[in-house]
Amino acid sequence: MATYDGLFQALGLEDWCDSSASSAPLSMSDLVSQNAGDGAEAQGSLWNTPFPSLDALNDACSAMPQSRDVTKGLEDGFLNIKDSLKVVLDPLTQPLSWMLDGALYAMLATPWWIVIPAMLAIVWAVSRSASLVAFVAVSFGGLAFIDQYDYALQTLSIIFVCAFLCVLIGVPIGILMSRSETMRRATVPVLDMLQTLPPFVYLIPLIFLFSVTESKLFGIAIILYAIVPVIRLTDLGIRLVDQDVIEAADAFGMTQRQKLFSVQIPLALPNIMAGVNQTIMMSLAMVVIASLVSAPGLGVLVLQGIRNLELGVGLVAGLGIVLLAVILDRVTKAALARINSAQQH
Amino acid sequence: MTENKTPETRVALKHLYKIFGDDPDGAMAHVRQGVSKADLLNRHNHVLGLNDINIDIPDGKVTVIMGLSGSGKSTLIRHLNLLIRPTAGEIEVDGENILDFGEARLRELRQTTMSMVFQKFALLPHRTVLENAGMPLAVRGVSQADWEAEAHKWLDRVGLDGQANQHPNQLSGGMQQRVGLARALTSNAPIMLMDEAYSALDPLIRSDMQNLLLELQEELHKTVVFITHDLDEALKLADKLVVLKDGYIVQQDEPQRILLEPADAYVEKFITDINRARVLRVRSVMRSGGGDLSGIGGDVDAEDTLEDVIAKSKGDTTARFRVLRNGEVVGVLDMADLVRALVPAPAPKEDGATLKVA
Repeated sequence: MATYDGLFQALGLEDWCDSSASSAPLSMSDLVSQNAGDGAEAQGSLWNTPFPSLDALNDACSAMPQSRDVTKGLEDGFLNIKDSLKVVLDPLTQPLSWMLDGALYAMLATPWWIVIPAMLAIVWAVSRSASLVAFVAVSFGGLAFIDQYDYALQTLSIIFVCAFLCVLIGVPIGILMSRSETMRRATVPVLDMLQTLPPFVYLIPLIFLFSVTESKLFGIAIILYAIVPVIRLTDLGIRLVDQDVIEAADAFGMTQRQKLFSVQIPLALPNIMAGVNQTIMMSLAMVVIASLVSAPGLGVLVLQGIRNLELGVGLVAGLGIVLLAVILDRVTKAALARINSAQQH
Repeated sequence: MTENKTPETRVALKHLYKIFGDDPDGAMAHVRQGVSKADLLNRHNHVLGLNDINIDIPDGKVTVIMGLSGSGKSTLIRHLNLLIRPTAGEIEVDGENILDFGEARLRELRQTTMSMVFQKFALLPHRTVLENAGMPLAVRGVSQADWEAEAHKWLDRVGLDGQANQHPNQLSGGMQQRVGLARALTSNAPIMLMDEAYSALDPLIRSDMQNLLLELQEELHKTVVFITHDLDEALKLADKLVVLKDGYIVQQDEPQRILLEPADAYVEKFITDINRARVLRVRSVMRSGGGDLSGIGGDVDAEDTLEDVIAKSKGDTTARFRVLRNGEVVGVLDMADLVRALVPAPAPKEDGATLKVA
């Protein structure tokens, strides 16, 4: 006798219940309760009434599905559409693999005495700050000195590729959102979900879709996680553009396109760049987690530190990640400050 | 300023209504049934922004629309280039109803027929002064060399060519508005809309800018629609003055006539505080025709202000003057009439026959 027997009797569903008696193996909890014996079962005690969950109803009527059928159904459903999904997604995302592999190869194949000066030149070009260049030189020199150079470069090249793609995809989405209320209403919940979903959860369906040896697997995970701020801040930046200026652009007969490229985007640029800064920082956070699915770089060392309890390896790699984060943050903020000051005067 | 022949109408507003709210068309039906502005707001939750506006804006003249804040004047000027669309009514520009225009046609109208100057300047902060001034032409696809030349010309005309390569934020408010004016002039549009263009400037600079506009106007004869809440500014600039209150027109006329014959108590209250001697002109208070020329103490011009005449009379209230326009005698001015005109007339003026508006 189960608690909800009466319910099915009252509804006259006994025949339906008996007709498809479940032959499924018992769930773990059933086995446990069987072993414990039914003696403890306090029938009729209101205090012990179980919630009418699927499992409890299944006890009374074997035609009812069990809760594990839900997760199983989800899994089966995903596996069923997986192949057709792959047909679409595979070619679409293949360039991402090429870009990541290409960037990783190019960065590592180029000798250090070209890569480091080139990097310093880029830092100088965007920031015009000698002290920042010196800081980057010392940090990178330090990382290279303790043989973290290759790992750090792998991490950096993944971030560059992913952040670049985030901007390439995110800015147009942000622009569309700022223009259409419908688009905004449709996108905001997705962005909220991407932002709150624990990063590990992205990885599960991706592992089923792509093989772990493909670099687009972690590429997609990083992009999904890091694209949110650049979209949000592009949208916000364009919405915040001074309405008087927009009105002037309209009054002089600018087309939508002229307005976008010569008024809205330039005036939203400080906000867009703030979004790019956030996106780069989030890529860095994700690239460490993505080492679980074979993303190379400093994250691998952290993972190794955890798995093998190699305290020193993990800590050094962790500090390397902090250094990279500081470098990326300072450089993008310096670039942002330059854009701001260019608009101020 | 010969006002004898009526100038052609460039822009005509006909029975223009604007209602703000969720269902303007539904509210429009109530308005047509005679629901008042207050009732429309309280009972139907719609704001009646403009109420049956009819204005003929004369070609080549400065039409000033004056009203206090909330009177709908900024809403009204935005209807002229359809930055705001009316709920009902027609807007004819050169005889065509622009409400029928498609997007491309409307854009062309904004690019070539109408330019606008804004209260808060609305310059592009990331562009130089020169690029801002050349913007209307650049938008039209004019080559860079051409718009630069044109922008230089107008910046020079408003006294700013030295600042061509600076950014707007480096300039003072007055200078920024000069850029705004240069931008409107560069577009070479015959109609210029000025939305409280000088309200954000301090009084001395405002006066300079008003003079600049009058100077330019003498040479360019644009059709200017000027919005202001400042009566002194309105009287200084206006060829035609429209007084707006709560979204409807209280009075529209030549400014001199509004001063002498205010339509109602509202207008009267408005004009009590101004220096009438400085604003009223001889032509408005003289007796026209040759008349009795006895005791003439001298000649005055029809466009002289009463202040000029008082100075000339040296305080003699019995003096009489011959009024000339372009060397011809057009009337006689009695100092007694002049003194009477200095006191604001209660509305409506009874003996208007003696006070002729030429």
